[in-house]
This record gives sequence, C-alpha cells and structure tokens, in this order.
Amino acid sequence: MTEPAILVRDLTRRFDGFTAVDHVSFEVKPGEVFGFLGANGAGKTTAIRMLIGLLQPSSGSARVAGYDVARETEQVKRRIGYMSQRFSLYEDLTPRENIRLYGGIYGLTRAQIRQRTAEMLDRLGFSSVADTAVRSLPLGWRQKLAFSVALVHQPRIVFLDEPTSGVDPITRRQFWELIYDAASRGTTVLVTTHYVDEAEYCDRVSIMVAGRIAAMGTPAALKHDYGVDSIDDLFVRLARPEIAASASRPSSREDSPP
Amino acid sequence: MSADAIRAESLSKRFGSTLALDKVSFEVQPGELFGFIGPDGGGKTTLFRILVSLLIPDAGRATVIGLDAVRDFRGLRQRVGYMAGRFSLYPDLSVEENLTFFASVFGTTVQREYEQIKPIYTQLEPFKDRRAAALSGGMKQKLALCCALVHRPDILFLDEPTTGVDAVSRREFWDLLGVLKKGGLTTVVSTPYMDEATRCDRIALIDRGRLLGIDTPAGIVASFGPPLVGVRTTDRYKALLALRRYQHAASVFPFGEVMHYTDARTSAAPDDIANDVKAYLIASGFTDPSVEPLTPTVEDVFIARTSAPGSPDSDSQSPHPGSSSAA
Repeated sequence: MTEPAILVRDLTRRFDGFTAVDHVSFEVKPGEVFGFLGANGAGKTTAIRMLIGLLQPSSGSARVAGYDVARETEQVKRRIGYMSQRFSLYEDLTPRENIRLYGGIYGLTRAQIRQRTAEMLDRLGFSSVADTAVRSLPLGWRQKLAFSVALVHQPRIVFLDEPTSGVDPITRRQFWELIYDAASRGTTVLVTTHYVDEAEYCDRVSIMVAGRIAAMGTPAALKHDYGVDSIDDLFVRLARPEIAASASRPSSREDSPP
Repeated sequence: MSADAIRAESLSKRFGSTLALDKVSFEVQPGELFGFIGPDGGGKTTLFRILVSLLIPDAGRATVIGLDAVRDFRGLRQRVGYMAGRFSLYPDLSVEENLTFFASVFGTTVQREYEQIKPIYTQLEPFKDRRAAALSGGMKQKLALCCALVHRPDILFLDEPTTGVDAVSRREFWDLLGVLKKGGLTTVVSTPYMDEATRCDRIALIDRGRLLGIDTPAGIVASFGPPLVGVRTTDRYKALLALRRYQHAASVFPFGEVMHYTDARTSAAPDDIANDVKAYLIASGFTDPSVEPLTPTVEDVFIARTSAPGSPDSDSQSPHPGSSSAA
C-alpha cells in the first residue's frame, strides 16, 4: 500500500482557549483531488497553515509527502506547492521572469529552469506573452500561470486556496482541466473554494464546521447519504446551525420593511 | 420623466486602451430585483459607478429614478443606496457607530429609520459593540447593506455583495434581498456566481463590457439552442479528452461531477444523441458511462454566448487587461 500524500491524525490547534481546529483526521491519496470546504471561520485556513508548515499544531500530527509537518518543516516545504487566494505572482515581472524567480527559490539549476520554462510556456500556450508584464494579462491567464508556477519544482502536493475566484466560467473550467491534468500525472491537489458547485469537481471533499470535519466522502456518496441534490445543500445544512444560533433570529427574517 | 427605475441608453466608458463598457442599454422596472451576472473585468463596477453618479460615461446617458446620472447627481445621491464591491465601512468603529455615522451623514437617525433596517439589523444586534474589522465576512456584508439602507433610499445598488463570502452567508444575504423586495424596494445587484441568477426577477449577462442578454432566468435558460446531455464516468479527465475527439462533438465542459456535452447535429433528438455518446464512450473503453439529456443552466448559456480569452498563442485578439482598471 502506498503512503498517503497527506495523513492527518487528531490535528488540533488552540488559540487563547479557542479551539480553531479540533481533532481533525483525514487522509489524501497520491493523485487525488481533495476539496477542503468550510464556512468563513470554520478553521480551514488554520488547518492549511499547519499542513504547509507555517503554524505548529497544539496536539495531534500531520504527515505531508511523508514528512512530519511539525518536526520536518523544511522537508515538507520543498515538496509542496501553494497558490494563494488571489494572486501569488509578481505583476511587474513577465511570465518568464516569474518562472525563473520561483525556480531559483526552490533551488532548481539553471538548466532545469530553462527546460521547465520552455515546457510551461508551451503547455500554457504562453510563448507569445512570455516577455509581457504579468500585470497586463487577463485575470484568467494570470491564474493559470500562477498554478503552473506553483508546480515549477514538481511538488508532490499542491495547495490551492480559492484559485478561481472571480474568473469567467470558461477560464474556470480550463483551470480545472489543468488541475485534472496535474492529478492524472500523480500530483495530489488540495483545494479550497467558495464556489460550492466546484466541490463536485473533486474526487472527495471534506466539510469543516466549527473546527471539526462534519462530513467527508465522494460528492456522489455524500449527496446520496444525506439525501440532498447538491453539495451546496449539504454545506448549508451542516453549517447553518451554529451560524443561525449565534447571529440570526428566524422570527424576524420574515418581517417586511414598511 | 420616465416610469422606469433605471433607463440606460448606450453607455460607454473607456479606461486607456480598455473599453470597460461598450454601448450598454437596459431598463429596470420599479420593484424589480435585477442582477448583473459576469466575471471580473466584465464592467459591472464601472456600470454601477456611472449609475450612482460617481463616474461620468464617455457616451450615452442614464436616468435613475427619473434623475439624470450626470446632471442631477446631487439629487440622485440623496436617493440611492450604494454598497461598493470593496468593504468600505470604518473598520475601527463598532457596528452601531458605523450605522449611526451613515445615518447622520444623511441627516437622520438609526431610531427614525429602524423599521427599514430591522430585518437586517436584528441579525447584527448581538454584535453591535464589535469593531467592524472583527466581523465575519458574511456579517460585514450585512452591516454594509444596513448602512446602504439607513437613509431609506428609493433604489439600492449592491456591487458583488456576496463575493468571497461562504455559501451559507450568501444564501442568507439573498434571503434578505428577498425580504427587501417584498417591501417594494428596487434593487440592482451584481455577482460573479452564476448560481445566484435564479434569485433575481431578471438578469443581464455581462462580459468584457458588453451585455450578452437580458431576460428572466427561465427565459435565459430557454434560449439555450443545442441539445445538451450530461455524461458521468469514473475517469472524468480521460473521458473529457475522449469526448473532445468525438466527431460530432460541438462543446464539452466539466460541470462538477457531470460533463456537459453539446452535439454538432443540432436537430437530432437529445435521446438519440445520448445513445450515440454512450455507445462511443463504451467503444472507447469506458465501462460505466451514464449519459442523459440535461436542462441547461444560466452558466451553460453564458459559456455559449461568450468566448474565453483562451490561451495567448491560440488567440488572435489582444489580451484585455483583467480586473486592474476596469473591474
């Protein structure tokens, strides 16, 4: 049996008496596309920061690419890629310069950088804009480039935080095809998104509520088990109780203004 | 004076080399919940800024509740509520202080306007002493909505109020807009989330400064031309690539678990197409394909009416700048 790409056991993080991540356990297989969902404040970001070695767990453990995230942080960082919410490229640099910069940061040789640059520009169809400042490229192109740059050191696992926010529907789909393509070549993908329909692009999803994983499985199995039409419906059903209890008074919601 | 809540005629606006709005015309009826649906860089924000008099169009004209958006800007600003796309309240003031401030700017008080804001404010009241910066994304948007309503506007403009907000808070926000609509308020709202279209009375699809269609959500969906089938298989990515090679394929896009497939034989019956596609996939080595005719969504229509920026090398058009100036 191959070792999981991500192996999380009872991972917990407390801040001043508040438990942001509370005994979370899950595994992600190599080449799997895993959706990591949760409402704002559910603990997703805290969990991801621990998985990429930016935050120490209070208790529990996580192994990423075979290394312990608390003790072997540098080994983990070399083997993962990360693409943040909005934008992780330098806008004043060109695509070619961004690739060279990130390749250098990850310690690739000049020959490797030259070869990867040619491959990436070709795969993306970016040869004609290789020397154009990233700032002047459309948002969708920039995001595809950012994804490829996150893969420049051929990481085993890539973390994508809201990668398709605000992108047009066709580009969003092209972006998902890049994700599938990377996964089909063995890269493991962990993705967070606010487009809950995008959860259904994933092989499996987990839904975090108040620091815990409230549901996990393939989108089809979850919809079947909970008797809902979409992951969106399941998400609202799982996440609404705490929000409804703390913030809204159902009786007043039906009132009409004058 | 026109009876329309909004009448926009051929509005155009250019920023440098970017045509942010290209001859945009539409009308909004009083009491309507009207949605502009489209991605970043579509022109939604530019359009809203023109309609609330914060930006002057290069060409065309707009009247909002009977007032010219350029000439009558003073009167118009008293009567519109505007929630900008970026969170624009005072982060260091509390919920209550923000609300009191915006009420006083318009010469009124929270107490006097309480009935108008009550449906929303009751959800915020438990947090009234919290600094705005410390609210969750969904609560921030509710506070911004409250502040946009506190002077009892005749028309409300909400620019991407649900962007970046989680799915639960998005639903709650739309529920609130439904409550305001029952009270008769005209509301114009923009969103990049296609699934929110069905919450509106009518929608306009907008992309790269142009309107791609205006209709009810049902009307937009009904306008989708070719027969559409949905395909499910275990190995989606391989099946996607295989379907693109099928001789009759017109378009193949992933839609979550399902792939949406349209056929070039537009007059064929959907059931026949489904059978053909299934036979092709089985012949290509897929063991368990499920292929069924589908009802299109607003997103299918949007995709059919637009063309993606594609990739630079395959695309003859010059790259249009993204959201940097025109969003």
